[in-house]
Amino acid sequence: MNSHYYSTRTHDVAEAGNETAANELASLVEVRQDDRRSLPSDPKPIMECEGVDVFYDDFRAVTDVSLGFGYNEITALIGPSGCGKSTLLRSLNRMNDLILGARVEGAVTFHGQSIYAKDVDPIEVRRRIGMVFQKPNPFPKSIYDNVAYGPRVTGAKVSDMDDLVEEALTRSALWDEVKDKLKQSALGLSGGQQQRLCIARTIAIRPEVILMDEPCSALDPIATSRIEDLMVELVKDYSIIIVTHNMQQAARVADRTAFFTALADEGTGDRTGLLVEYDLTAKIFSTPADERTENYISGRFG
Amino acid sequence: MASIGSIATAPLRASREGDKNAKSIVFLGVLWFTVLFSVLSLAVLLVTSFLDGSTRLDANLFTRYSSIVLPELAGARAAILGSALVIVLTAVMAIPLGVAAAVYLEEFADSRRWYNKLIEVNLTNLAAVPAIVYGMLTAGVALSIGLPRRVVLTGAIALALLILPVIIITTREAMRAVPQEIRQGSLALGATPLQTVWRQTLPAAVPGIATGSILALSRALGEAAPLLLLGGLVFVSYDPNGLFSGYTVLPIQIYNWAKEPQLAFQQVASAAIILMLALLLLMNAVAIVIRNRYQKRW
Repeated sequence: MNSHYYSTRTHDVAEAGNETAANELASLVEVRQDDRRSLPSDPKPIMECEGVDVFYDDFRAVTDVSLGFGYNEITALIGPSGCGKSTLLRSLNRMNDLILGARVEGAVTFHGQSIYAKDVDPIEVRRRIGMVFQKPNPFPKSIYDNVAYGPRVTGAKVSDMDDLVEEALTRSALWDEVKDKLKQSALGLSGGQQQRLCIARTIAIRPEVILMDEPCSALDPIATSRIEDLMVELVKDYSIIIVTHNMQQAARVADRTAFFTALADEGTGDRTGLLVEYDLTAKIFSTPADERTENYISGRFG
Repeated sequence: MASIGSIATAPLRASREGDKNAKSIVFLGVLWFTVLFSVLSLAVLLVTSFLDGSTRLDANLFTRYSSIVLPELAGARAAILGSALVIVLTAVMAIPLGVAAAVYLEEFADSRRWYNKLIEVNLTNLAAVPAIVYGMLTAGVALSIGLPRRVVLTGAIALALLILPVIIITTREAMRAVPQEIRQGSLALGATPLQTVWRQTLPAAVPGIATGSILALSRALGEAAPLLLLGGLVFVSYDPNGLFSGYTVLPIQIYNWAKEPQLAFQQVASAAIILMLALLLLMNAVAIVIRNRYQKRW
């Protein structure tokens, strides 16, 4: 009795705030879009998913996803927990291979080549499509060695490793903070610095696409805003695909946004993720075509 | 539901006896007794060994060979050198093999395959197999491949087999303690699985591997049974000088002296026990220091 009363009340409060929340998001989008050239309504894709299903053994985590990720664009994947957005992201550079029983059906293409074709080397895929993880995961090595790790293991011909390290750290807006302590352990950096180091490390192997799996979820707002600025800077040279739980973040940085939701199987209760709507961020946050998107964005569910 | 204003704050003062009743005190007493019992028995062993052997803790113990006619001057030189040689050889064989096996099982084996499951189960059981069984196994194998039984190499093989499961298990635990994020970070930068093992997982696991290996080797150092079964020599009056040399080791030497009736042999046996305990203590201390100093906290 009591609890019912309580939940109804919170719902009312949420309802009242909906309009303002939605307006705020829309204004964020405008700010971001102002400094960008106008984007075509369909992306010129560097990567594409065509009818992608991701399974863990018999469990279908993601079903029938088709979308293209644009060149030098930031694409955000948003949606409630368990909607398969991280799973989809991990299948874009074959990090899913590392999970026992994980398998991808349908086509994932990079420059039109299937990354799951038999003769494709997953190592090569990961060298071209880098990844930044949710929790900063610097290696227990020096800052310098963290950045130099990728070029070293890939055997890239580097004429001057010092230059490359400096460039990668500069591009990830970390150079000024660490230039005097390159030989110190990366574990001594703050969480935000560690995450920027992880981005620097990824840039150092010169990938074409950078996947980011909720890169700011472990960071405070200031560190988050620095990472967001960094993304906007990096997208001039890279294509970025980011999974985020934070809709403001998607609104602030993303050119396009894909909204996913989870459908529960009536028999088993297993939740399968599916793509609801994919469009320019400005459109998703102002005039979404699907009611589920609108409900999610305005905070009615999720 | 009570309104917030009317919630009475219960007093923090103890309202029950807590752990101060008779039953709890008896139980606590039993716990204390069990601790005391184990500590006391170790203390008795140390004290009696020290009282018996202190007179013989001299240079002779280290420099002279054993002697039948002059027990007062008998030393453990051959046994000390024999133990050192056998243990080094054991380490050289067991550690690389054990670590490699652990790397395969932990990083590459598909744990869902039946043969890998079989290996897992067997490995756990092998660690509990009595030492003498490894002696029998080695004796049998040595016989069938024409390896002499009573030489350093064969003894070291038996001890290596004995500690292999322990090394594999501790190495796997050390590798499992390395966070998955580190492996993923490495692989996402285009490193191969093998590069990831060499450059990330293994280096991070080294302290754990070292600790486990030292503890396993200290077990091998104190082991007599498999070597006795292999016919490890009880009386050696020369330095072991190679893989195919005859040898004795400290535990066998102690066993040999302790069964003699003369007091002088009992004393030198006690002195050798002190020496061995000191060695074991030293090895375990090194293991603990390595663990505490280099263990990574993620």
